[in-house]
Amino acid sequence: MLDILIVGVGGQGTLLASRILGAYAERKGMDCKLSEVHGMSQRGGSVVTHVRIGRSVLSPLVSEGEADYILAFERLEALRWSHYLKKDGILLINDQIILPMPVITGAQSYPADITEKLTAEGRNYRLVQGLTLAAEAGNTKAVNVVMLGVLFKMIGETEESAIQALEVSVPAKLLEINRKALALGYRA
Amino acid sequence: MKKLMLTNEAVARGAYEAGVKVVSSYPGTPSTEITEFAAKYPEIYCEWAPNEKVAVEVAIGASIGGGRALACMKHVGVNVAADPLFTAAYTGVNAGLVIAVADDPAMHSSQNEQDSRFYARAAHIPMLEPADSQEAIEFMKLAYRISEEYDTPVFFRLTTRIAHSQSFVVTSEREERPLKEYKKDAMKYVMMPAMARARHLAVEAREARLASDVNRMGVNRAEIRSSKLGIVCSGAVYQYVKEATDASVFKLGIVYPLPMEAIRKFAEQVDELMVIEELEPFFEDQLKANGIACHGKEIFGRQGEYSVAFIREKLYGIPSPKSTLTLPARPPVMCAGCPHRGVFYILNKLRLAVSGDIGCYTLGALAPLNALDTCICMGASVGVSHGFDKVGSPAAKKMVSVIGDSTFIHSGITGIINAVYNQSDITCIILDNSITGMTGHQDNPATGRTIKGEPAYKLNLEALLKSCGVGSVRVVDAYDLVELERVIKEEVERPGVSAIIARRPCALLNKKYPPALHIEQEKCMKCKSCLRIGCPAIESIEGGVRINPELCVACGVCETLCKFGAIVG
Ligand SMILES: Cc1ncc(C[n+]2csc(CCOP(=O)(O)OP(=O)(O)O)c2C)c(N)n1
Repeated sequence: MLDILIVGVGGQGTLLASRILGAYAERKGMDCKLSEVHGMSQRGGSVVTHVRIGRSVLSPLVSEGEADYILAFERLEALRWSHYLKKDGILLINDQIILPMPVITGAQSYPADITEKLTAEGRNYRLVQGLTLAAEAGNTKAVNVVMLGVLFKMIGETEESAIQALEVSVPAKLLEINRKALALGYRA
Repeated sequence: MKKLMLTNEAVARGAYEAGVKVVSSYPGTPSTEITEFAAKYPEIYCEWAPNEKVAVEVAIGASIGGGRALACMKHVGVNVAADPLFTAAYTGVNAGLVIAVADDPAMHSSQNEQDSRFYARAAHIPMLEPADSQEAIEFMKLAYRISEEYDTPVFFRLTTRIAHSQSFVVTSEREERPLKEYKKDAMKYVMMPAMARARHLAVEAREARLASDVNRMGVNRAEIRSSKLGIVCSGAVYQYVKEATDASVFKLGIVYPLPMEAIRKFAEQVDELMVIEELEPFFEDQLKANGIACHGKEIFGRQGEYSVAFIREKLYGIPSPKSTLTLPARPPVMCAGCPHRGVFYILNKLRLAVSGDIGCYTLGALAPLNALDTCICMGASVGVSHGFDKVGSPAAKKMVSVIGDSTFIHSGITGIINAVYNQSDITCIILDNSITGMTGHQDNPATGRTIKGEPAYKLNLEALLKSCGVGSVRVVDAYDLVELERVIKEEVERPGVSAIIARRPCALLNKKYPPALHIEQEKCMKCKSCLRIGCPAIESIEGGVRINPELCVACGVCETLCKFGAIVG
């Protein structure tokens, strides 16, 4: 079973990322369930999408302490969901900060020591310069696909099959940028 | 061929394959996508109705008229639609009639956690509940068969976790069904006391027949795995139970009426019988009332969503990892450029009490705006402020109600008619962003487009309000803070019912924005008043404030409120 959590801020494209993984599972002939977020929290709230790929999938949700990978599109969200990671799981973090409203207004402060905390928790994490790479690909919104590129490399998948999953999930006019984003993530 | 499909899409697919002709719905998370997907099939007539009551009435008409029909809504929508539903249970159907209802355990996007299964019982309407996308397709077709065979509307229940998850499906062709003949039959379709008394007998007989037949329907099934523990469950919980335990499982596909005899037999095959169900002890109480010993609620509780980890923890004491950190929360926010923001800024500035309503603007209740005093249900803002006025509350003198365009049409208009009729002294602000925003941009009668994107008559809110007798109807650009402040002040002062339409399309509808604003640091006095409007594009930074050019859409609201002219384009 491959259990993946995709976390971020509403509007960062967690949905598309999970659908690309769904297309990947479909091509591999594996069972798969995706649990998505629609509605209120898409308005800039903390969002989480669950992806489970395996021979036979029952619950659409990844359990706490069982994620093989967490793709975090934002630093604070990485920390918020890190307890979903299993012991030897890997946390891939887009090295970007998006301030939540309580921080914007000064009511709370953004934790300065996220990586230290993750280290203290004994998490296996890797920071990715997703925003820079997405900009390089031609659109800062492509962070989600950059992160997927990193993930596909980590799970030992070929770039070709990653691109095939991308092609069926992304509208034609955005394909070029996303292909670049995927490749940049894959080689990051 | 197998393909991944969102369960809500699968519900639409099931309706399509079942030959459904008419879908009428009102949006509501987590049910909205059913109707959006149904609208993609040219064979199905599909519409957004102004509210759930109308949607159900349309579906009832289509069904009696001879075509299979569907109405979709979120759980609280059933409250609005309950009136026609309870009587449709008496008339029964001609062609099949299904009401899809999506509950929201854990309230991801809702104002309460009500359990719609009680409606099935109260109205004597059978209810089906799928546990994945494939079942959604199959169960929809079954729902239409049951509807026609038993002459009853049928509820189709989802919960957020099922509605919004994707799993593999195999689809089939649509079964085209010619319209059934409509024959006038007042004894069946005209419900007044004499006819309804006869139909009530039919309802009881039908339910007795169904309650017996459900024991033999394959969608209710026992899966014997262990003789120690048996668990009765349905929907998402079925998946959790299968994964978390090796207990025997009784899976309910029809959650009302319950297959009592089949469950009794199942109970005899296990030492201990548990019921695991989210929300209320709906199954459990009925089993107990039928003398089947069981338990569950005392362990699992009524709140929130369950999961594999939660069931393992409660059942076996296996703790699941929890986050021990206290981190800044990340609540949803009004988008950068949201036209609702400036209105709340002015309401705060004028220190007005605000009876709120449901939509994106409900987010004005959160910090830093903290602008709402009440929020109950769709349409309530108007009636609530009228109530404040009539009880003589001093707060009423400095109070407004705020309501979105879709919500106003849904059920705010009746509040306005009441207020005018009963000589109220209230001010209602209609936040007209020209779309149904919160649920993801659905058209409504005031947008001038149908669900299929075709042009439609555009409801004229000004004319409507005037014809209701509203004494003063003003229209203001929601980005124009100066004018907003002036008009709101005037209208709150004015006796009688006034309405202000604060108009400006949702910022997400506009794809071409002017360049982002920025702060001239030498002019900025660091007063931070721009932070009080809660714009996600304005950030507090070391030594001042910054505008995030990635987010700013140059709506200009902060530009107007900055006393030092430090925010510029
Ligand atoms: C009875 C009922 N039906 C549906 C919903 C779901 N819902 C919440 S807000 C909303 C629409 C809000 O649209 P509008 O009033 O135009 O305000 P906006 O979000 O665009 O600001 C809907 C349909 C609900 N909460 N209650």
